[in-house]
Amino acid sequence: MKLISFHLMPYRQLDLEAAAKHRSAWVVLPNSLYDPVKGAEEYAAYIDFLVDCERLGFDGIGVNEHHQNAYGMMPAPNLIASALIQRTKTVKIAVLGRALPIVNDPVFIAEEYSMLDNLSKGRVICGFVRGIGAEYHSTGINPYFSHERFHEAHDLIIKAWTQPGPFSFDGQHFNRRYVNLWPRPYQTPHPPIWIPSQGSSETVQWAAHPDRKYPFLVTFSSSDLVTRYLNAYRDQARQYGYEPSEGQFGWACPVYVAETDERARQEAGRAIETLFNNFLRMPVEMLIPPGYTSQSSMKNFFKMRTAVGGRVNDADYLIGSGTALIGSPKTVRARIEEMRDKTGLGILLPMFQFGILSDELARRNIELFAAEVMPHLKK
Amino acid sequence: MPPQASTVKIRDVNIKLHRAGKGEPVLFLHGAGGLMQWLPFFDALADGYELLVPEHPGFGASDDPGFIRSVPDMAMFYLDFAEALDLRRVHLVGHSLGGWIAAEMLVRDRARFQSMTLLAPAGLRVEGVPAGDTFIWAPDEAIRNLFHDQRFAEALLALTPSEEQMDIALKNRFTATKLGWQPRWFDPDLEKWLHRVKLPALVVWGDDDKVMPPAYASLWRERLPDARLVMIEGSGHLPHVEKAEPVGRAVREFLKGAAR
Repeated sequence: MKLISFHLMPYRQLDLEAAAKHRSAWVVLPNSLYDPVKGAEEYAAYIDFLVDCERLGFDGIGVNEHHQNAYGMMPAPNLIASALIQRTKTVKIAVLGRALPIVNDPVFIAEEYSMLDNLSKGRVICGFVRGIGAEYHSTGINPYFSHERFHEAHDLIIKAWTQPGPFSFDGQHFNRRYVNLWPRPYQTPHPPIWIPSQGSSETVQWAAHPDRKYPFLVTFSSSDLVTRYLNAYRDQARQYGYEPSEGQFGWACPVYVAETDERARQEAGRAIETLFNNFLRMPVEMLIPPGYTSQSSMKNFFKMRTAVGGRVNDADYLIGSGTALIGSPKTVRARIEEMRDKTGLGILLPMFQFGILSDELARRNIELFAAEVMPHLKK
Repeated sequence: MPPQASTVKIRDVNIKLHRAGKGEPVLFLHGAGGLMQWLPFFDALADGYELLVPEHPGFGASDDPGFIRSVPDMAMFYLDFAEALDLRRVHLVGHSLGGWIAAEMLVRDRARFQSMTLLAPAGLRVEGVPAGDTFIWAPDEAIRNLFHDQRFAEALLALTPSEEQMDIALKNRFTATKLGWQPRWFDPDLEKWLHRVKLPALVVWGDDDKVMPPAYASLWRERLPDARLVMIEGSGHLPHVEKAEPVGRAVREFLKGAAR
């Protein structure tokens, strides 16, 4: 199993009480609540943390993109990736991912990924995402055209990476008289593309297609849903007439290990609650604006939400549902192995720092994981 | 007279069309919320006129053709509509999104039209005065923000919509997003061509409109070559609902005076 240590870089110094007075920690949270002096220290600590993952034996380190929020301080994940490249030698650098629909020129994304691939001599993994719904509020890009823009941007980027330039590109949303990538990507034909997803059937069908076979990473879902989505991908691949490899199945989730289940729960409980209830808090209008999903998906979502009611994501629920893996090394390892048995999971993207979790606890967590969980998964 | 509903086909697009009354045609273009019910204001317009109230492509029971991707597309479609039905000497009335469509139509081709009435229209921007963010509001918040008099909101919130009504509301919301999200509820190219609307125009605005701020009203009056502005006291974004009687009267008086 491949292990990618993943980081969101939350702004831990957020005044949670002040933030709670606003509609969300996204889009409309006043940036007067951000202190650059404290933020700069956060960046430094997080980059050190990720760099150290190489020494601990991880296959990769992962960052991602979100805009105008306290949940993740990486509107430009490529800048972090570039810093990580300079301070590591062998570890893969996964950007999970860039949000393709929300840019007005996807060639910039092709260029930047290509630069990172050259800078790292082929260590880059390129995530392609649509961004979450809030990104469409932040950037003003019309969510109704999110899927169209994603597919068109994807095709343009692949073409830019693989076809001799200059060529012209004639799209509905993107038009270029000259596409001619300098530098070309280091890896041939191009860097690996991974698809982080919340499991929508449209994405499953598209990612599993034989022309692509893109690794599919389910993020932040209960273990039931992760199982369902990964198996939906497998079923889809079989419908297409091929057997997917274990490297096509990924799962990204918060992980915390301590000596015992109780201690892990005690140390990480509050932090995991802040991730879901403070940093990720947003109304449905922000999370899934019209067109971000199909009308039928949106209708199902409303029905489901009514059925579930105003559920509070407390630590017991998050741990019990397997949304977060929190426990002793034995417990966490068993949960991961169970997922592997059920789905053929081949890529785990644990997030060792989440919410307000301190540097000290995050470090203890990752070292214990590397010592007592990783060797079993690497066998 | 009760309205008659029918389906008309315009360029392979099925349009649900409600009609009432007899006389010169009045074409009413609804707002982004769609046509949820027949309004007393419509009865006022149907008295002495033939009122036509279509459900826009992508709204209500009408088809949702892929080739309509913007409000200018919608405007071209309604020019086709007026031609296909051979409507002449039309009084065009539009609310909010419908007002925007009306203005986009008449800057392009006013041959079949004799007046334009805009009720709190979208379509323009006043720099530094953003429109209400209808896309970020929660459903009940959005309903409250439509009205000055909260009793109207309470009455709507007390209703339990049927599954069919919820489906239609969702369909309307998707199309409204397609048309209004970016640039937010306006067309940067519209303002500079409004002088082309060389017809008598009436602009009606609620003085407590939280969706389209009343500050937009004077820009419309300035840019239209022959426009009168009526501000409605104690009304929100739906002056023809909240103050149906005085708005109905003002529009009828205007139509009478505008007739050529």
